[in-house]
Amino acid sequence: MIGDWWSYLTDPDNWDGRNGLWANIVEHVTYSGIAVGVALLIAFPLGLWIGHTGRGATLVVGTVNASRALPTFGLMVLLFILISPHFTGKTDLPYILPVEIVLLLLAVPPILSNTYAGLQSVDPAVRDAARGMGMTGGQVLRQVELPNAYPLIMSGLRSAALQVIATATVGAYIGLGGLGAPIYDATQQGPFQDTESSHLATGELLTGAFLVAALALLIDLVLATIQRYTTSRGITGRYRSSSDLVAPSEVAVRAAEGRTDLAPGGQQVAAL
Amino acid sequence: MIRFDAVTKRYPDGTVAVDELDLEAPSGRITVLVGPSGCGKTTSLRMINRMIDPTSGTIWLDGRATADVPPATLRRGIGYVIQHAGLFPHRTVLDNVTTVPGLLGHDRRTARTRAMELLERVGLEPRMASRYPAQLSGGQQQRVGVARALAADPPVMLMDEPFSAVDPVVREQLQNEFLRLQQDLHKTIVFVTHDIDEAIKLGDQVAVLAVGGHLAQLAAPAELLSRPASTFVAGFVGRDRGYRALGFTTGEVALQDEPTVRVGADVGDARRVARDEWVLVVDEGGAPQGWWLLSGDPGGRADHTVEAARLNLGGTLATAGGSLRSVLDAALSSPSGRGVVVDDDGRLLGTVTAAAVIDRIEALARDGRSGDTAAAGRP
Amino acid sequence: MIDYWSSNQAEIWRLLWSHAWLSVVPVIIGLVIALPLGWVAARHRWAYPPLVGIAGLLYTIPSLALFVALPGILHTRILDVTNVVVALTVYAVALLVRVVSDGLTSVSADTLQAATAMGYRPAGRFFAVELPLAVPVIAAGVRVATVSNVSLVAVATFVGTAQLGTLFTEGLSRTVNQLPPILTGILLSLVLALVLDLLIQLATRLATPWRRAEVRR
Ligand SMILES: Nc1ncnc2c1ncn2[C@@H]1O[C@H](COP(=O)(O)OP(=O)(O)OP(=O)(O)O)[C@@H](O)[C@H]1O
Ligand SMILES: [Mg+2]
Repeated sequence: MIGDWWSYLTDPDNWDGRNGLWANIVEHVTYSGIAVGVALLIAFPLGLWIGHTGRGATLVVGTVNASRALPTFGLMVLLFILISPHFTGKTDLPYILPVEIVLLLLAVPPILSNTYAGLQSVDPAVRDAARGMGMTGGQVLRQVELPNAYPLIMSGLRSAALQVIATATVGAYIGLGGLGAPIYDATQQGPFQDTESSHLATGELLTGAFLVAALALLIDLVLATIQRYTTSRGITGRYRSSSDLVAPSEVAVRAAEGRTDLAPGGQQVAAL
Repeated sequence: MIRFDAVTKRYPDGTVAVDELDLEAPSGRITVLVGPSGCGKTTSLRMINRMIDPTSGTIWLDGRATADVPPATLRRGIGYVIQHAGLFPHRTVLDNVTTVPGLLGHDRRTARTRAMELLERVGLEPRMASRYPAQLSGGQQQRVGVARALAADPPVMLMDEPFSAVDPVVREQLQNEFLRLQQDLHKTIVFVTHDIDEAIKLGDQVAVLAVGGHLAQLAAPAELLSRPASTFVAGFVGRDRGYRALGFTTGEVALQDEPTVRVGADVGDARRVARDEWVLVVDEGGAPQGWWLLSGDPGGRADHTVEAARLNLGGTLATAGGSLRSVLDAALSSPSGRGVVVDDDGRLLGTVTAAAVIDRIEALARDGRSGDTAAAGRP
Repeated sequence: MIDYWSSNQAEIWRLLWSHAWLSVVPVIIGLVIALPLGWVAARHRWAYPPLVGIAGLLYTIPSLALFVALPGILHTRILDVTNVVVALTVYAVALLVRVVSDGLTSVSADTLQAATAMGYRPAGRFFAVELPLAVPVIAAGVRVATVSNVSLVAVATFVGTAQLGTLFTEGLSRTVNQLPPILTGILLSLVLALVLDLLIQLATRLATPWRRAEVRR
């Protein structure tokens, strides 16, 4: 079985071409990137506005709770059926649009809620001091609120990216490319049996699964690394010289870890 | 100078936090707002830098109505210190301190140099500059908060219970350093506290507010203690105010000569000079070290010497020219009943009994003077 | 739509039941596994980063990848429902380890010391004091896990497990009247998520009577 996977993965023929693995990866990254990018454009400013002004907070909690119950697969199929009749000719839009819409619906809530929660988590005394020193609203937002909310915003982004990458695979069911394609293709050909074609299908299946998991991990790693090196050390608690510090209490360390490392449960913030 | 002119603040829910307040905070002086919780101290303070806008009335800052100055501009010229400091957790101590110079577009290097000086002035070592707030103790954070407010050298400082979140020992240190700083800087300071002792210690003048935002009394600390304007003020100023008022009273008290021996002298010598059971022991420079009890030396063997380890250290020292409270306390705390008075360099001048201090206090009261008030007599 | 329901009633009920079962069972198994792991992470500082780190790593693996790869790991057959249950259990554990640990840590140290002072041994203290007080936090995590599961289960259609997701593929494969099965699937899975969420909230309320007292006070 591992052999099937390895031989499929290492066969250059499977990587090239219009339906090769490279093409699948590029498609997958593109679809996911578009969804996360657009979600960021919508949710980030909205979250900043709600967090800064405090208006519309109930909206945030509501969308997050509702989005978790969203039957993504069903919605994708529904949108496909509703949209596809309106397109004729050689276009991928009837496949792309439903998937992108669903991915967008998935990606907006974590970014929105974490941006909001991030701004809310800023110590009111700190915000007060900033205003009292003569910062304008924009300066308070840029110089104080954003840097302090940054870890939570980033974990919202990571959580959105993970969900989008995972869900984009399902798009293969309605005929979209991406890394779901080899998986779907292989399941149709009866993997895990002892025939030559089945061995090939097993290899293809496991390769698709492996690549999508690797992609998710890689993207998360990249974002985590960016987060780590762009967050103020005053917030992460990773001080430069460890000999030079007043030992922070255990609780504070926990709290800091909890703030910077919300990856899986980015959405939990609003729920807990 | 800051002047409140019939200033009222009514919150949207109807709470009147400040009611027709008239108040003047003179330039270069510390004006303390004190009063029970919820009496409108914070509200009054925050109306000065327009963190809160008054419902009616005008606040004047050096002849300009604050309402005519854009809030951000106004605030950049006013230092603001709050409880828990409110330091920016994502910025180092140095970057915290240079915030306002940054906002004002000052030269970065000059601002940093000045910030380092300020940190030293508020009692922080230079190596603290690169730390983050989370790496500091509460008292250190509070010092950074003061340095940050001073960074752009604003003529006016607003301080809202800046020392209330630290333990009593650190608080006293911070208060003393604050007074020392003010001696050099002469800022116009409005200081909020709910602690009457802090108000009396720090204020050149103290404004006592009553719940509902009424000004109950505005006076120098000594006057507040000796002539409270109402039962509310009397109650708020509290017990012991007669004794505490002595803290603002200075007066010459005639000193007695006190026979002394050096550390290491023969007990026999001590017995010879002694006036009673107790002998005052001094060092070579004449600075008092403690009292030696003759009868505590059973047998009185002649080869015994006066050992530093066995001195009674119970008495406090009063400085000549200090308050009558400190002189009286020296007398009351001394095991011999004679309070030790020293000069500014710590050398013995003489001793005084409690009875002599009381006589002096009564004489002052008969003369109808309650002594030099603090506003004038504060060192 | 009504026609579709009346003629397929038995089938719809069967799918709904299977969907509910697949959503709930993995969370229960996951909770049973996550409790001791979370306890270790809460009690020993050194154990927290690796345990929570590994859990976070598992959570990043896309569900479809796990569904299809498990037959290779467990030597089950691709259509075996075990794959789905195991995969969803993995997610539940990944989510709940952190939640349990944070919930247990959130119990105030004063309370714990008082319990110890009264003579509780560690195990007794855990069940009598720590666990009950951590229930609200843990329950919030269980809600998240269950509701997300309702959505995830539909993906199991790829590996042939029958549940509400089957209605989506059925609709897609039709040439006429595609909408009724799809809408039914969406509607029922929303309702299922809502009902399960309410049930967990209700159970939490019943299990933590002292919190109602706090709210009323
Ligand atoms: N934003 C607000 N809305 C409504 N009422 C307020 C608001 N802020 C303060 N108050 C009320 O105004 C009154 C004065 O409040 P303020 O904060 O000025 O008191 P304070 O003297 O500083 O008290 P403390 O010593 O407790 O800090 C209080 O009764 C308070 O409840
Ligand atoms: Mg106040």
